[in-house]
Amino acid sequence: MGSISFRKVDKVFGSSSGGVKALDDINLEIADKEFVAIVGPSGCGKTTCLRMVAGFEAASSGEVLVNGKAVTEPGPDRAVVFQQFALFPWKTVRENIELGLRNKNLPAPKRDELIAGALKLMSLESHANAFPHQLSGGMQQRVAIARAYVLDPVVLLMDEPFGALDAQTRVVMQEELVRLARRNPRTVLFITHAVEEAVYLADRVAIMTRRPGRIKEVLDIKTIRETENWDSHSKIEDVMDLESFVHLRTHIWKSLREEKGFKDV
Amino acid sequence: MTGRPLSSLETVLLGLAGLCAFVGLWTLLSVTGIVPRQFLPTPLDVATRMIQLLSSPFAGATLPMHLASSFQRYAYGVVLAALIGVPLGLLMGWFRLLDDIVTPIFDGLRFIAPIAWVPFAALWFGTGIGGPVMIIFAGAFPPCLINAYRGARFVEPRLIEAGRMLGTPNARMILEVLLPAAVPSIIAGLRVSAGLGWQSLVGAELIVAAAGVGFMMVQAQGSVQTATVMVGMVAIGLVGMLIDVLLRQGEGWLRRRRGLEA
Repeated sequence: MGSISFRKVDKVFGSSSGGVKALDDINLEIADKEFVAIVGPSGCGKTTCLRMVAGFEAASSGEVLVNGKAVTEPGPDRAVVFQQFALFPWKTVRENIELGLRNKNLPAPKRDELIAGALKLMSLESHANAFPHQLSGGMQQRVAIARAYVLDPVVLLMDEPFGALDAQTRVVMQEELVRLARRNPRTVLFITHAVEEAVYLADRVAIMTRRPGRIKEVLDIKTIRETENWDSHSKIEDVMDLESFVHLRTHIWKSLREEKGFKDV
Repeated sequence: MTGRPLSSLETVLLGLAGLCAFVGLWTLLSVTGIVPRQFLPTPLDVATRMIQLLSSPFAGATLPMHLASSFQRYAYGVVLAALIGVPLGLLMGWFRLLDDIVTPIFDGLRFIAPIAWVPFAALWFGTGIGGPVMIIFAGAFPPCLINAYRGARFVEPRLIEAGRMLGTPNARMILEVLLPAAVPSIIAGLRVSAGLGWQSLVGAELIVAAAGVGFMMVQAQGSVQTATVMVGMVAIGLVGMLIDVLLRQGEGWLRRRRGLEA
């Protein structure tokens, strides 16, 4: 089980007198094993939404619930994949993946088994003893995803995970994540400002307004994806050419363009 | 500075020229009697005296024996400062409460020069090993603590968040995240500590009653043997330079190693 609920969530940054309102009345229910992407203009507070689920930030009012329980602090049940990877530079790939398992006090044989599985899942077997700086950005992000997956988290939180990657690597990672998510569905909250990425990956896409961020619209992608059978195409460019995909993408673009703060791709 | 950068040969030559001018001026002042030779022995007097002291004892020991005795005290003081300062700094960097408790006291205490502790060091820890070590400790401790603290406090926030997200308990967080991240800062602090500890040596040995370079200087001063006092000063300067050069080398080596690793 892994549901996420935002209920009447406001977030104000700064002092109580002269604060900046970042989020305004966010309401969103994410069901178990659902993949939801949030898109929005820069500074709209989409990352703040994720950080509240992670337990890095507290809501100023309202509730953020995971499986019906209020989030109070960070924990391995809500694994985060950061945009800048956030791997420990002094630990090898293996040690980076192992830390969370050691924190769970799992015995060594069990850890080895899980690490082997995670390395295989992300095609990292030959890099187990490399240090992060010896790997490309794409490989580093694979390590970060493996580190999150190995925890078997209730929810997976991905904060613009492919934002720091070059275009080709990005596409490969998107395709892999789709395969991973369809084969082994779990609850994912995915933050991005890339519209195509959101439509390609998610079951539902939530569009946010500029600051103070509100949820403007939530689109159901999954129904269209299944009726139009997107998953029969293995390459992202083929999916992106489909009329149903183009239609959704254009809709989201137009919706975002209405927001004054919109300037990103 | 303007103009082209100097070659390493030119740098060495300039350094030598400065040294020659210094020794020349010193000799001139002393030989001409502008300053009485009794008060300012010539460089040659000092060098001769130094060679004598290498083999013949003064105040109960030869110069190498005095140096060995000083170095032992110094090593105790600096190692103790590192053993307490670095862990305390890391803990303060992680636990806000401890930071709030310790920082105000520490900020006051660190401005008290090591030599100001001399009377109490002697009273509390005696003139044997304890008192002098405490004075050297007082000199070496602040940089150990400050640098470990800063290193721990300014770890990339993403790494702290990653650690917390992975459910890392406090002790492991300090040992496996804060400490490795703070290593460059800690090493820099240790080098400064080593220098300040050595500078505190003469003050520490004012209260020593057996051996040590500072002790030798105090004894020589009592009998107005200015050349011997100067031998002590020169020895302290040279050993201090040597310590700094060695630690710089070590730091450079560590940085290069980390550059490959991190």
